[in-house]
Amino acid sequence: MTLFGYRIPTFAAVLLWGALWEAIGQTGSIFILPPLSSVLVAFVELVQRGNFHAAAWLTLKTFSYGMGLAVVVGIGLGFLMGRVEAANRLLGMWVNIFASAPLSSLVPVLMLLFGLGDTTIIVTVFMFAVWIITLDTFAGVRHVNPSLLEMGQSFGATRWQLYVKLIFWAALPEILAGIRLGLIRGVKGVVIGQLLVSVVAFGQLFAVYSRNFLFEKFWALAIVIFAFALGLSGLIGKLEHRVEYYAGSRG
Amino acid sequence: MTQSAEEPAGIVETLGISKVYEGDIQALKGINLGFPEGRMTTLLGPSGCGKTTLLKIIAGLLEPTEGEVQVSGVPITGPGPERALVFQDFALMPWASVIRNVGFGLELRGMPKGEREETARRYIEKVGLAGFEDRYPHELSGGMKQRVGLARALAVNAQVLMMDEPFSAVDEQTRRQFQEDLLHLLSVEKKTVIFVTHSIEEAVYVSDRIVLLSPRPGRVSKIFHPAIDRSRSPDQIRRDAAYLDTVEEIWQMVKQYLD
Repeated sequence: MTLFGYRIPTFAAVLLWGALWEAIGQTGSIFILPPLSSVLVAFVELVQRGNFHAAAWLTLKTFSYGMGLAVVVGIGLGFLMGRVEAANRLLGMWVNIFASAPLSSLVPVLMLLFGLGDTTIIVTVFMFAVWIITLDTFAGVRHVNPSLLEMGQSFGATRWQLYVKLIFWAALPEILAGIRLGLIRGVKGVVIGQLLVSVVAFGQLFAVYSRNFLFEKFWALAIVIFAFALGLSGLIGKLEHRVEYYAGSRG
Repeated sequence: MTQSAEEPAGIVETLGISKVYEGDIQALKGINLGFPEGRMTTLLGPSGCGKTTLLKIIAGLLEPTEGEVQVSGVPITGPGPERALVFQDFALMPWASVIRNVGFGLELRGMPKGEREETARRYIEKVGLAGFEDRYPHELSGGMKQRVGLARALAVNAQVLMMDEPFSAVDEQTRRQFQEDLLHLLSVEKKTVIFVTHSIEEAVYVSDRIVLLSPRPGRVSKIFHPAIDRSRSPDQIRRDAAYLDTVEEIWQMVKQYLD
């Protein structure tokens, strides 16, 4: 970015918004927005607290289970729909509905089914993440260059080899994009699940902090979660970058 | 330059091949052809004559509506190790290096890595790509990509090499050089080659046996055997009277189909 002929480094935007936050916070005009500096102090305190560690661990655990399940099921469903027309006809409509539906409204129903424990939260993460992974995998599998498949067949590939050595790799850029989007949705899912279900872990902390007007802590926690979501998607973004060289050249 | 009354028995035979696509589109009708061993036969015809369809049927990738293909007297049921295909759009794996692409046919057969890389290296050198083993397809020009496709087909050591308009996505300058290299390579490799093209000049330049197909439905229109002295230089061949006459004769026939 350049401004008035000067090159502005990318993180300058972060500094700018941080300064703005600090300034508005110092005036005290918006009661939910304490100065950034006190949020940072609260952040340092927060990450040292025992109940934060327990909450973080529980959140990470339920998130990982839900996400892992979503990746496996999403890729599986995407392959099935991409390769079997009947499966696409049967499932396509539902996957599209779920991918765009406001899933938060379903969480209370999940609660009835799976109780007030971790299972509901895992299922919530799964429900938030799985559909976009399915759709992206489906798109990737559908757009595999047909002559690449003919090539495999003509050189005697078995059905299994066709999937493992050709279709999977050809669809990998889309699969990774789906996983990255799924991760971001999954983070939403884990927090919404915790808030709606039983008010546990981060959900509980969020509820306690906002109910007691502890906005420094509230924002500190928000920063932790934002950083987690961004960090994860950045990581997948790196992986995506490694396959980018062929994503555009598949013809 | 005569139409042979009797087709020689070939290593590959198509017996009464017809192909009807969905919606009653007749792509091929009653194709009886023999492809003699060790020779290069070109399937030539305007677009829509079904030449690629015929090649894919011989490759075992498509099923004919009627008739059958025999290789060495045995009807085929699908692709087989005795036939290898070179693709019009190269069909290289963009995520794999040149050496892995070339060795892919062997990889699918379960050949150990060391052995298949050794074979792949040999054929990479034969097609003139030595030094490019670890490059990726997107780093190569169209002509080089097709050399990779050719090396991959040669590496599996099939008796029958099928080429589907291999030069159509390659620019003109590269194409001539490649045609010459191909002829040289095939004179050493002793393959039965089935070559598909829509270019009359290319057909006459590369092969001694040209099957002209007529469009809609694709039928064998005429078979040419141009008597061109191949011992001379490429430039001399392109000025050879037999070469020019054959090109002209085929063009006169093809012209009727264009209306």
